[in-house]
Amino acid sequence: MSYLLSQLVNGLSLGLVLGLIAVGFVVVFKATGVLNLAHGSVLLLGAYLVAKLHEPLGFWLAAAAGVLGAAVVAALINTLLVRRVAEPNPGTFAILTIGVDILLLTELTREIGNDVLSNGAPWGADVVEFAGVTLPASRAIAAVLAIVLFGVLGLLAARTNWGIGMRAAAADGDTASLMGIRLSRTSATGWALAGAFAAIAGVFLTSFPATGVTPSVSLVALAAIPAWVLGGFDSIPGAIVGGLVIGVAQAFAVGYESELHFLGRGFGEVVPYAVMLLVLLVRPQGLFGGKEAIRV
Amino acid sequence: MSERMTRSAGVPMLALGGLALLAALALPLWLDDFWLQTGLFAMAAVVGAIGLTLLVGVAGQLSLGHAFFIGVGAYTYTVLVGEPGERVLGLGLPPLLALVAAGAVAGMAGALFSPIAGRLRGIYLGLASLGLVFLGRHLWINLEDLTGGFNGRSVEPFAVPGFSFSNHDPDYLAVLGTEFDGLHRQWYLFLAVALLAAWFAYGVKSSRVGRALASVRDSEVAAASVGINVTTAKATVFTLSSVYAGVGGALMALAFSRIAPDSFGLLLSIDYLVMIVLGGVGSVAGASAGAVFVSVLPLVLAEYSAQLPFLSDVGSGGLDGATLSRLIYGAAIVAVLLFLRGGLAGGLDRLRQRLVAPTSKETVAS
Repeated sequence: MSYLLSQLVNGLSLGLVLGLIAVGFVVVFKATGVLNLAHGSVLLLGAYLVAKLHEPLGFWLAAAAGVLGAAVVAALINTLLVRRVAEPNPGTFAILTIGVDILLLTELTREIGNDVLSNGAPWGADVVEFAGVTLPASRAIAAVLAIVLFGVLGLLAARTNWGIGMRAAAADGDTASLMGIRLSRTSATGWALAGAFAAIAGVFLTSFPATGVTPSVSLVALAAIPAWVLGGFDSIPGAIVGGLVIGVAQAFAVGYESELHFLGRGFGEVVPYAVMLLVLLVRPQGLFGGKEAIRV
Repeated sequence: MSERMTRSAGVPMLALGGLALLAALALPLWLDDFWLQTGLFAMAAVVGAIGLTLLVGVAGQLSLGHAFFIGVGAYTYTVLVGEPGERVLGLGLPPLLALVAAGAVAGMAGALFSPIAGRLRGIYLGLASLGLVFLGRHLWINLEDLTGGFNGRSVEPFAVPGFSFSNHDPDYLAVLGTEFDGLHRQWYLFLAVALLAAWFAYGVKSSRVGRALASVRDSEVAAASVGINVTTAKATVFTLSSVYAGVGGALMALAFSRIAPDSFGLLLSIDYLVMIVLGGVGSVAGASAGAVFVSVLPLVLAEYSAQLPFLSDVGSGGLDGATLSRLIYGAAIVAVLLFLRGGLAGGLDRLRQRLVAPTSKETVAS
């Protein structure tokens, strides 16, 4: 029972971190209609900056620099590249971000080399215990922080001009422009927020129990894509729920691997994608996504 | 659109194509083994890229799962021609049959995915198909009896009765004083398959089916209102592109002569997207050119990295060949999408129109 509970808690805490990445996909998609496949390398960039800077600056300043750096780079990707594409449509946007991802990831891989960089987080390898469940301190902090950030994002989306602008852009970009909404600002803010959230997730994904910053961390952002798709493409709560579903499914698949042996070794890595395909078979629009209305 | 292109393509384009074909036929007489091997990889990639450009360019569906179907083709071929009674399963079937079966099985896998492929469009399909690559990798690693697991298995060379596309049977074969060993023989096999693939794709593009697909791409509602079954059309083109991927995968297995799960990962899917984007999405010739570029560049940079002063050895922390080629891809994609509408094919088309237009005006004036 306590094993089950601890797997569940582990899964939920991982799911909240995945949710941080997944809401980044949602915000970028709503504000600019872009499937951002460079999200993973922006996440890696944030984590890398923290790991590089924590010795000279101390962890907290380095974390701030990493988050800021990822936010600025994400906003620049949007302003300098995405908005200048010769043929703007979702397909070209997606492929452009693949190009950006290749550039950023290749350069970061070269910088990191074969090293595993520590990010020097003050919580180190501590664990917290409550109700008989042990959880790495990094995960517990990540979970609390993620919930706070989701609250902030929800408020931003519901109560600020930026949130209104984003929803207007998602509904109809041209009309929103005509109504005086500055899409350049709305979209840059969306990208910057997504980048900042990714960097925060990156810091926790490279803390204990993970070993540190390696290029493969960017693959974790890919595991957040199923979370995003599951929740429906344009729903922030959907992305959070999707993250939780994927996190729990992955924790159970890893935790009960011996019983799931018939599914093959290393099934935990595949679980997010398997769950996504199953959900899409039943509900192509995802769990929370509105069914797309097509107007002629 | 396509008719205008075929008509205006006219003589210069045909001449260009003819020259390329002549070069492809004659080159093996002079090339050394490295270049022959590189050529094989390039032609295998051409087949897969043509399939993807039909899906992405003609029908407007994005796929990140192409590597999965390439893997299906590669493993199908390898299992079917494998020697029976070894560590891994082999059926010992004739290679020609296995090559056809590789396309058929990959096509069936694509058809199985059609409940999803038919209902999703554009980037949504791209995301869903992302899952296939990871599921595929899991299968390749775990179905050890078929795939040889993580370390992979070796691939039997292609052969028809009485003639093998390897260094033996006949043991010595020479054309115009050049010995034709396995690589030379395979070159012509690959060229034939690639030409067949391109010819069929041109046929599809200019047929009823191709026009139906293009209209689905432009507007699903408009397509449905003129009687096109949108779901079937999307499922069909997905299946067709999987068949291409399967055949391309079988060729890739032959060129590698050993296959392992890591060859069919997400990076391969992305490579294929890069090929068709550089060439110009939807253009068969463009996809072929892109495929040649993307598959040749890293091999050449790795081969000649010693001679290039700005390149260093792998692992020394400097700029090695593989890293440089990835940086070039990334930059090329971004540059093409920002500045070169329609990729290489689109650029060439506009260049030709600019060259042709003044001359026709002169004729009118005189």
